[in-house]
Formats: sequence, C-alpha cells, structure tokens
Amino acid sequence: MIKQSLWPRLRKRFILHLDPVLLAALGLLILTGLVVLYSATDGNWSRVLAQVVNILVAFACLWLVANIPLHYLMRTALPMYVFGMLLLIGVALFGEVSHGARRWLNLGVATIQPSELMKIAVPLMMAWYFEKHEATLTLKNYFVAALLLLLPVALIARQPDLGTAVLISASGFYVLFLAGLSWRVMGVLLAAALGSAPVLWSMLHDYQRHRIMMLLDPTQDALGKGYHTIQGMIAVGSGGVLGKGYLSGTQTHLDFLPERTTDFIFAVYSEEFGLLGNLILLGMYLFIIGRGFIITANASTYFTRLMAGSITLTFFTYAFVNMGMVSGILPVVGVPLPLVSYGGTSMVTLLLGFGMLMSIHTHKKLVQT
Amino acid sequence: MNYASSMQTTGLKALPPWRSRLLFVLLLLGLCALMARAVYLQGIHNDFLQQKGDARYGRVVDINAHRGMITDRYGEPLAISTPVESIWVSPQDVEATPKQVKQLAQIVGMNIEEVKNRLSDTSRDFVYLKRQLPPEQAEKIVRLGVPGVSLRREYRRYYPDADVTAHLLGFTDVDDNGQEGIELVLQEQLGGKAGSQRVIKDRRGYIVEDVASIRAPKPGNDLALSLDSKMQYLAYREIKLAVEQHNAKAGSIVVLDAKSGEVLALANWPSYNPNNRDKPGLKVLRNHAVTDLFEPGSTMKPFTVAAALEAGKVRPETVINTEGGIFTVGRRKIHDTHPETALTVAQVIQKSSNVGAAKIALSLPPETFWRSLSETGFGAQTGSAFPGEAAGRLRDYKKWQPIEQATMSYGNGISVNLLQLARAYTVFANDGDLKPVTLLKQDVPVAGKKIYSQATAQAVRDMLELVVKPGGTAPLAQINGYRVAGKTGTAHKLENGHYVNRYIASFVGLAPASNPRLIVAVMINEPSGEQYYGGQVAAPVFSNVMGSALRLLNVPNDAPLGNVMMPPTDIVKEEA
Repeated sequence: MIKQSLWPRLRKRFILHLDPVLLAALGLLILTGLVVLYSATDGNWSRVLAQVVNILVAFACLWLVANIPLHYLMRTALPMYVFGMLLLIGVALFGEVSHGARRWLNLGVATIQPSELMKIAVPLMMAWYFEKHEATLTLKNYFVAALLLLLPVALIARQPDLGTAVLISASGFYVLFLAGLSWRVMGVLLAAALGSAPVLWSMLHDYQRHRIMMLLDPTQDALGKGYHTIQGMIAVGSGGVLGKGYLSGTQTHLDFLPERTTDFIFAVYSEEFGLLGNLILLGMYLFIIGRGFIITANASTYFTRLMAGSITLTFFTYAFVNMGMVSGILPVVGVPLPLVSYGGTSMVTLLLGFGMLMSIHTHKKLVQT
Repeated sequence: MNYASSMQTTGLKALPPWRSRLLFVLLLLGLCALMARAVYLQGIHNDFLQQKGDARYGRVVDINAHRGMITDRYGEPLAISTPVESIWVSPQDVEATPKQVKQLAQIVGMNIEEVKNRLSDTSRDFVYLKRQLPPEQAEKIVRLGVPGVSLRREYRRYYPDADVTAHLLGFTDVDDNGQEGIELVLQEQLGGKAGSQRVIKDRRGYIVEDVASIRAPKPGNDLALSLDSKMQYLAYREIKLAVEQHNAKAGSIVVLDAKSGEVLALANWPSYNPNNRDKPGLKVLRNHAVTDLFEPGSTMKPFTVAAALEAGKVRPETVINTEGGIFTVGRRKIHDTHPETALTVAQVIQKSSNVGAAKIALSLPPETFWRSLSETGFGAQTGSAFPGEAAGRLRDYKKWQPIEQATMSYGNGISVNLLQLARAYTVFANDGDLKPVTLLKQDVPVAGKKIYSQATAQAVRDMLELVVKPGGTAPLAQINGYRVAGKTGTAHKLENGHYVNRYIASFVGLAPASNPRLIVAVMINEPSGEQYYGGQVAAPVFSNVMGSALRLLNVPNDAPLGNVMMPPTDIVKEEA
C-alpha cells in the first residue's frame, strides 16, 4: 500500500503542478541559451556554470510558484506591490549609482534591482484589482488601474531604466486591454501620447534620445552611439543563411560585439547559426507563446486570464524588443533576450511568470473538482 | 465604459474574444517583422554586412620594405637602413594606469602630459606615440603590455659619413622616402615596394592570426655610386678648411674621373648632419655645386682659345695686341690686371688676359663661338639628374652684342654650375672628347663626344700647364711629382645686375697633365680675407686634393719629385 502510493505521492508532490509541454519548451530554449553563452564567453566555463546556478534557482522559484494555489497567489498581489513600491522609492532615495543609472538597492545582504520584481508585481496587482471589481467595472476602475501602472513605471523610467519601464508598461497595458478598456479611452490616450511626445522627448535623458536617433541612422556616429546597433546588424548579417558555425563567429570572438553575453547575445546566435537558426529560435519562442495562449484561453477565472494573457504577451514583447533592437528595427533600450541572455534576475522573474502560468493551468482542475 | 458595462451582461469571465484575436494578429505581425528583418539582413543584405564584418577584423597591414643601401664605388656603405620600431596607439583601446603612463613617457623620452594627450585623442584610431625607437626600448614597451599600444616595424636611414656626403646623398623623410639628393633621384630603385599582409585583428588591434602574406615586401636595390669615399672625405676636409681660412661664405668642390666622367667626390661647405631629424635651412641644404650658378670668370678662357684654335683663327704662338691692358668695345672698356702690350695666345691663358681673350673671341663669328660653347655643355644640364640642377645661361648668339661676345670670352655674361664646368674640362683631358658625368659607378668605358681635334685639346692642355708655372696665375696649384694643367678664375659677383667688389674664386685643373686621370674643380664663394684671387684661394685646395687623390690612386708620377717651383715674387694675379 505504502509502496504503491509512493510514486503517485511523489508525483503529486513534485510534478503534478508542472506543465510538461511548457517545461520541455522552456528547457530546450534555456539549454540553447547555455550553448550560445559558452560561445559568447569564449568558452568561459565559470560564467556558464554561474548561469546554470541562476537557472537552478529560477527553476526552484518556478516550482514553488507553480505549487501555490491561485487564491494564495491573489493574496500576494497587494503586499508584493506595496513592497515593490517601497523598494522603488528606496532606490530613488538611497539607491546606488552604476553606469549613470540609479537602479540598485543595497540591502546589506545583497544588492537587488527592485524594478525586476515589479515586472511580476504590477500585472499581478492590476489583475487582482480588476478581479476584485469585476462585477462593477467603471471607467474609474480603469483609471485607478492605470495609476497603479504609471506610478512604478514613472519611478523606473527616472532611474533611468527605459527597457524595464517599457516592459512593465507593456505588461500593464495588456492587462488593461484584456480587461476591456474602452476604445474611446484608448483613442484619447493614444492622442494624448502623441500630443505629449515632444514633452516626453524633452524629458528623455540624452543617451536615450541618442539611441532613438541612432536607430534612424546608426552610421552618423558609427564609432560612438551607433556602435552597438551597427555591430549588432553586422554580426546578424554576416551569419548569412546558414551561419558561420558554432564558436566561429568572428564578430563575437574578436571582441567586436559589445554586451555579447547579455543584451546582444542574439547577435552571437545569429552570426553562428544564421537565418536557419533564427527561424528555429523564433519557432521556439512562438511555441512557448502559443502554449501560453492555450493556458490563457483555458484559464478559469477573470484574474487568471488577465494574468496569463499578460505574462504571455509580455514574454513575447520581451523577445520582440530584444531581437528588434539587435537587428536594428528598434532602439537599443537594454532588454535582454528572455531565457537566453546571461543574468540571474531576469531568469528568475521570467520563470516566476511561467510558474504562475503553470499554477493557473494545473490548479484550475483542482478548483473545479 | 460602454464596453465595461456590456461585458457584465455578456458574461463575466469571458475576455472579449476579438480583443485577444487582435492581440494575436499584432503578435503575428511582430513575428513577421522580425522574420522579414532576419531575411533581409541574413539573406538579402548579407553580402554587404559580411563584407563590413570582414573589414572589422580582417585587415591588410603594410609591411615596410627595406630601403636599398648606397655604397661608394668600392662598396663602402654611405647610406644604410636599419630596422627600428615605431610605437603607435589606438586611443580608444588604451587602458593604462597612471603608473604605466609614467613608464611609457620615460621609455620614449617624452613628458607625461604629451603622452597623456596622445593616448586620449579618441577622435582618431591611429596615433604615433613615438617613431623610430631602438629595438631595446621598443622591447621595454612590449613588456609593459599596455592594451592599445602596438609596434610597427620601420626603417631608419643612417649615413655613416654624415656631413661629408650630406649634399650628395640627400636624406629620406621619416617614412624612408627620398627627399633630397641621390635619395630623391634614385627613389625608384632604392625605395623598394612595401608589401602587405592580411591578418585577423581583434577590436584592440592585436594581431590574432596571420592569414596570408598577400605580397611580400620587395626590398630596394643596393646602389653603387661613382663616389670614392676616401676622396670625398679629402675633398670635404679641404674645402671646409679653405672656406674657414678665407672667411668665405661657402665653397664647393668636384672631383671627376677624367676618363669616364664619373663623379668621385662632390662636397660643399657649410654642410649639415643628415642623421639629425631637424634639418637646417635651405641655404645649407642646397647642393651648391650643382644647384647654384655663378659666372665662371677666367676658367672660361681655355674654351675661347680652343674654339679659335679649332676654327683656325689663331695658333698658340700667334701674338695678340693687348693694347696696354685697356680695350674698348662699343662704349665699354675691358681691363687687364697686369697690362701688357702684346701676348701670345698661350700667354693670354697663362697670364689670364681679358683683353687677349676678348680679341680672340671677337675674331670668331658669333655662331661658331656659341656652337663651340654649347657643344661643350654650357647652357644645358649635365645629365647628372641631380634634383634642382641649374642649366646655366648661354644666350642665343643671334641676340649677342659684340660686347657680350667679348666678355663671355673671359667668363662674364655666362653662368655655369661647378659640376658643369668640371665636366667641360673633360674635353682637354680626353683629346677633345666630352664625357658625360654620372653619379653612378660605370663598369664599361664611357663613350665621349668629339668637340675638338686632338691637336687643339693638346695645345690648350699645354697652355694650361703654363698657368701653374712661375709666371702663371696659379703656381700654388702645383703638385710634387705630377704635372698639372689648370686655370684660375676670379669673378666679380653680380648683385642686382651690377658687378660688386665681392668675388668668386675658382680653379679647375687636371693631372697628371701627361695623361690626365682626374679633374678637380674648386669654387670659393666670397673669400673675405686679404686674398681673394683664384690662384691664392682655390689653387691650394686643388693642389692638396689632387695631390692626395693621385697618390691614393697610385697614379705614377709624370714629373720628378721636387718639381714645384715658386716664383720669387708674388704670383701673377688676374681679374675676370
């Protein structure tokens, strides 16, 4: 009896709440990421191992979140949001400046980047808010939700961290959109956004403005501000159809490609694996996004649908913005390639999101029965 | 708000389906955009980008070619290129600690601020920090290992004889390209061709891998000049001494091989050290013996006499009425320093009589006189190809006034350079044949051009021997053990079209007179001591250089030792 029940119990304990399809797709993509990282670091095993540790930690988070029932998850929304906001205010007041940006907060034990937390906390908070007011949604609620989004985004944009601000804006906007924000309001907002563009332009930091200008013509400062974009395009383009072969990308290995383990790792991949490799990579992302949509479509509650939709779309945005900036169709905003770029924080945040997706997918059944 | 309220009626938990569909469409559009971009970059535009990419790392580096050595006729090196290292930096890639900057500055011997400036000039990606360091110092810099600081092999020219051969050889610039003198004329042969090599470099400019040598550098050819470095030194030493002794402005000397026309020595004073990068002004840089013109004065008289002999107008013993030293042509008077009533043609040369020379010249039709001078090389470049060589002035005979024809006979109203003048004397050394001058060693006998008959040349040579005898204008030109033939010149300098009382003293001579081997031409510009006659100032230089040179070549004596005879009184002076 005991012997017989061990496997189902283990199964229940450890893998019941994991979605095997999504897990396999994530695993494949992350593995690809490690392979590319090995090349991008010129075969530096210690960097690769550090990333493996990051991945293990992130998977632990994924497993943990996947096992949290949804009503508990909902309850974390408000405290997590408030905590995140406090940290952001803390950064604004006491944050550490590195490379001209105030993004980090030294907690004594560790230095953290609170904006990463907000990538989860903001859509969670908004979805929770809409769920709470589901029965009586009025324009006021959308306004409040928008405020919940704009406050952290404003703080993050001030740091400045344009990449994270864009991603959080997108994730919040997806919640608003999916929650059924009126077209008229969106029309007004769009008009307001276009109208305020010159104002926003003047509020941007010089380097941010440069990056946008560089997008229009990167060659005007090929050795300075346009260097990243041009090198990215050259690396991608010199891959050709079939790529130069693993570990043979010249732009990477001769040190011409900047930020090649983080934001520009896509260029490393593109140069070595070519157009064919890119199609495969896009296919992997598409598969994960497709799985996310299936989970969204099958989600049982308003909250979970908003959350799942936002997570999936944000993941797409993440990948789109990164590939877009490396290949030169978007400005360089400092967004890593999700699940591939080196870095622990973004890996943890992303897998937390996928953990929620899995929780949404697997707990649904439990709720129903 | 509309929608929000309608949602409540249609179903609480449903997300509006066409909203998600819209999002899905947008997402697909995004993917298509990425796909299209990838296809564009990697499938369509990739040739350009690949080429750009290759340009990033694959670079073609020049490999400097070794410049050919210049030697004298016996293979003694006169100019050699030694390998040195130049330090260059790529400022964008420089990562140097303040301590390293200090060490760098110390090794290259520059001040720290200057080094800092060069290292921080990020607007350029190639800056020389210091050129041409000796290998040991370059090695030290390599050991510092500062990123962005690299070496480049170059060659530095070295002239062992320094100021002695300066004007003749010229010099090269910092890139080892000829700038003056032989280095410039023979740049093609000496320079070689820089090679190139394709290498893979990383962003910092370090060569990671040599791919292939596209073109090996082609070293320049070694060249043997006609120069005899011992004779060159001799000539240089003597001209320098004479200029200093007579407090002159400058002096030049040319030694020719009388048989082949090869330049065995050519020197000027003041000179300079071509090994110094800082060069003096143009006045000192100029190779006066070739680039500067002067009125030759009486050294022209032998050509006047030769032309008349050749035309059969006079014979050596023909007596010329020298009119007591004053002869009027048109409105001008021609003077002799030592008035005589009559002189033979030979004496006209020996005593250097202007009146005699003028009368002999006027006995000739202008065209005959002009043709004779022109054929002897006056008024044209010598063909030495030396940069900046002046042709000299010999006016068209159709425009001559009688007075011009008269004064030209003794070297006024005509201008020459010293090399040209020395070359013209080859006709007397070679029985009437004019030899071409050359700065390169000749291995086969050089054909000459017949100007005078053997008899004429011999006759003039005999007269020139009288010049150095007691009773001539240049006894100081005599050499112990050798017979000497030569002619003095003392010309007033022309300033703004007027003759002034400053002089150019000269002497051109050949020896041994029985079978001439060498021609030495000496020119002293503005001797400002008490002595300024060619016979006083230039003749002794001739004697010293010619005597030593003949002994250097082991030329057999053609006169008994102790043949030098000095006149009891002061030497005969001439002025023209």
